[in-house]
Amino acid sequence: MTAVDIKALEKRFGKTAALEPVTFSVAEGELFGLIGPDGAGKTTLFRMLATLVLPTGGTATVDGLDVVRDYRELRNRLGYMPGRFALYQDLTVAENLKFFASIFGATIESNYEMIRDIYGQLEPFRDRRAGALSGGMKQKLALSCALIHRPRVLLLDEPTTGVDAVSRLEFWDVLTRLRDSGLTILVSTPYMDEAARCDRVALIQDGHILEINTPTGIEDSYPLPLLSVKSSDRLTAKRALERFPFAYSVYPFGEELHFTDSRAEPSVSEIKTWLHEAGVADAEVTVIRAGIEDVFMHRMPTVEGQTGVA
Amino acid sequence: MRIIAIILRKEFRQIFRNRAMLPILFVLPVIQLLVLSYAATFEVRETPLVVIDQDRSETSRALIARLDASLYFQIGEQTTSMEEAERALLFGEVDMVMTIPSGLERDLGAGQPVIVQVVLDAEDGATAGIVQSYATQIINQVNADISLGPPGIRIAPSHWYNPNLEYTTFMVPGILVLLVTIIGTFLSAMNVVREKEIGTIEQLNVTPIKRYQFVVAKLLPFWIIGMAELGVGLVIAKIVFSVPMVGSLWLVFALAGLYLLVMLGLGLWISTLTDTQQQAMFVAWFLMVIFILLSGLFTPIDSMPRWAQIVTEFNPIAHFIEIMRRILLKGAGFQDVTRQTAALAIQAVLMLTLAVRQYQKRTG
Amino acid sequence: MTSAPAIICQGLTRKFGSFTAVDSISFEVAQGEVFGFLGANGAGKTTAIRMLTGLLQPTGGQAWVAGHDVYSEVEAVKRSIGYMSQRFSLYDDLTVRENIEFYGGIYGLRKTELHQKSGDLIERLDMEAEANSMIRSLPLGWRQKIAFSVAVLHEPAIVFLDEPTGGVDPITRRQFWDLIYEKAAQGVTVFVTTHYMDEAEYCDRVSIMVDGRIEALGSPAELKKGHGVDSINDLFVLLARGGKRGDA
Repeated sequence: MTAVDIKALEKRFGKTAALEPVTFSVAEGELFGLIGPDGAGKTTLFRMLATLVLPTGGTATVDGLDVVRDYRELRNRLGYMPGRFALYQDLTVAENLKFFASIFGATIESNYEMIRDIYGQLEPFRDRRAGALSGGMKQKLALSCALIHRPRVLLLDEPTTGVDAVSRLEFWDVLTRLRDSGLTILVSTPYMDEAARCDRVALIQDGHILEINTPTGIEDSYPLPLLSVKSSDRLTAKRALERFPFAYSVYPFGEELHFTDSRAEPSVSEIKTWLHEAGVADAEVTVIRAGIEDVFMHRMPTVEGQTGVA
Repeated sequence: MRIIAIILRKEFRQIFRNRAMLPILFVLPVIQLLVLSYAATFEVRETPLVVIDQDRSETSRALIARLDASLYFQIGEQTTSMEEAERALLFGEVDMVMTIPSGLERDLGAGQPVIVQVVLDAEDGATAGIVQSYATQIINQVNADISLGPPGIRIAPSHWYNPNLEYTTFMVPGILVLLVTIIGTFLSAMNVVREKEIGTIEQLNVTPIKRYQFVVAKLLPFWIIGMAELGVGLVIAKIVFSVPMVGSLWLVFALAGLYLLVMLGLGLWISTLTDTQQQAMFVAWFLMVIFILLSGLFTPIDSMPRWAQIVTEFNPIAHFIEIMRRILLKGAGFQDVTRQTAALAIQAVLMLTLAVRQYQKRTG
Repeated sequence: MTSAPAIICQGLTRKFGSFTAVDSISFEVAQGEVFGFLGANGAGKTTAIRMLTGLLQPTGGQAWVAGHDVYSEVEAVKRSIGYMSQRFSLYDDLTVRENIEFYGGIYGLRKTELHQKSGDLIERLDMEAEANSMIRSLPLGWRQKIAFSVAVLHEPAIVFLDEPTGGVDPITRRQFWDLIYEKAAQGVTVFVTTHYMDEAEYCDRVSIMVDGRIEALGSPAELKKGHGVDSINDLFVLLARGGKRGDA
């Protein structure tokens, strides 16, 4: 069963395209991630699906309803969490929840099941003004308000941006449990590591979708061998690798360097020798599996002659 | 100085690139000047009038003709029925009913006094009073023309400074002041707050820019634009409204410059108290309404209660309107406006000092 | 190279009423160091930076930036530092060139020098074609790179960067760090806050703030070994889970 069906959906503002025509679908009960940096088009796509913005081309149906024609009925079935905190800062946690429940003609009691998980952590703060909550708590409250009317599809636009690492982990735990209960969830995020927690993922950049697949599928799609190089003198190692004749790309990744060789069968010892001659004696070179971020950077359109060497 | 020039360059670039700001700066004031001056008048023209002529004589017809010819009246139906006339008055079809008694001509010829009754719709008491005075004037003129007796004491009014009692002559200088004020206070306040809102002010605060440099560079563009607006406004006043400009225009500009300093200082001070442009606008609006109503623009200061008259002393708008009217309409020289000038000068120093002090580069 | 530290904090504190945003932090940053200032939202990072850049007066403790006291020599501090704010740095209704000229001029660069540096900057960032475009028309990543370059245009000894790579695509993020390394190699001290834990690895030393206090301070390698974790991210989660402020 398809929960979301998008066909050639596009949004242009004058000559600029915020979103080039995109086509994909999301199955019922799927946790679907939209991964890309700011300005990629994630919010534009979500706002169209949430019936807040009219597309300039293409069509989309959510839960069987057309986003343009059937927007009224669709709004009853959607849960939406916009990118910025969009609740009332000067109302308390409980007041916000009650407000959003009543808009949809629901009550907190009747749908408490849906939010019990999350709300449990908010409960001690039920009388605190929403504006006085921490980032992580605000997100939990916003999620509760998006769930209180028992939607069938959940759209979450960058719910973890600006939230600390711990709260982010907890948030994704919640999302996984919600998905397990049968809810269809679309999430957008700029954090590549969160992609791993989705069933399927779409990589998006500059209004284009680069790839859609399961996280494993995306990782598998990395076309060339990827090696991790660790050393105490990262800078020299990086420079040396950039000069390596078969270098395809060299990117720092935390304490490692991710080196992509342009050959199908690179030789680890050859690389180690090269580094040694460049003055890097303690290099650890291992073949590794590509991650989402590696694939993303590989697939990003090269702009203005940007080479893979950063 | 260099630093001020650098900031100024940025400010002017931003002002002229701001699509929303340009019409506000240049088009709106012109429209306001034209519309306000034409619309805000206490003259009452074309008052619809019904006459019950019970005399039907040459004299009565002459009187009616005189009324009709005047700009202030417009004769509707003539009727003989008082009920009809009263109904017309009740339903607002006419604002005045004049009854000319039968025997007017005969009695006038015999030297007998004649009573012409005028019934006015006095829902709006002020207007009714004005209409009544027009009617009385015309009747007195007719009276004088046909009077055969010796001339008694006659009043020969001569209206100095505004011979035709043109209301626009009175209003336009005041409205010019309003326009310059809006530029000075509102826009300067909002300009600074806008930087607060979008966050660039933090970037400025962290640079070695000194406070006074920031203040000068923020206020100077609006000072210049305010003066330019005044110039344009005066041209319109002359060409469109034929406002007399008896006194020295240089003096007007010089004192306008001083006045603008007060209002700019006020704008800056407001910007230090508010965090969003919306707030700045509301605070500025609130203060402006009070100042304007107590400024003598619409209602004379002399008719205000004593406490309001005292408050007026602290009202820069009141002082500058007085200055404008005196110089433009009465040809006053510098020595005639020293009191107002001194008041403005003190206010300028106070306001600017207060604003600069209040503007902190570092939060305490 | 003199050995006086670029930044010295001793018991630096900031209270807002009864709420203590920064609770007596103490650390030193050596000249030419790339120092990562990490912490959750609400932990007090931005407040601390604002005190060190002279935007906010501390309520307790001491601090010296570039040898100047942050209480009594604020303007001297400002002349010696560059700053890239989290919210905004460049005017989006001015062009790239106009922004460079403005900020360069403010910091006292004279015409010829400014012209030279402006050209160099634009060339280094490969933006000749966009030099006369409005900032608002440029993608976020480019704006951030320009903002950084403008912040160091007047060659300050120290540059403060508040969350400079938020929301930027992964390639541009790394290019940004290339710029940082270039400057660090020239001896500029870089004080940077970031959410991205992998960026912590790019720093010489990092500190992690929790609830207004510094709970960890040292090089990434030291800290990982000392706490028995594999990555700075794991260390962060470990420390933050103990934090109370994160839950309210």
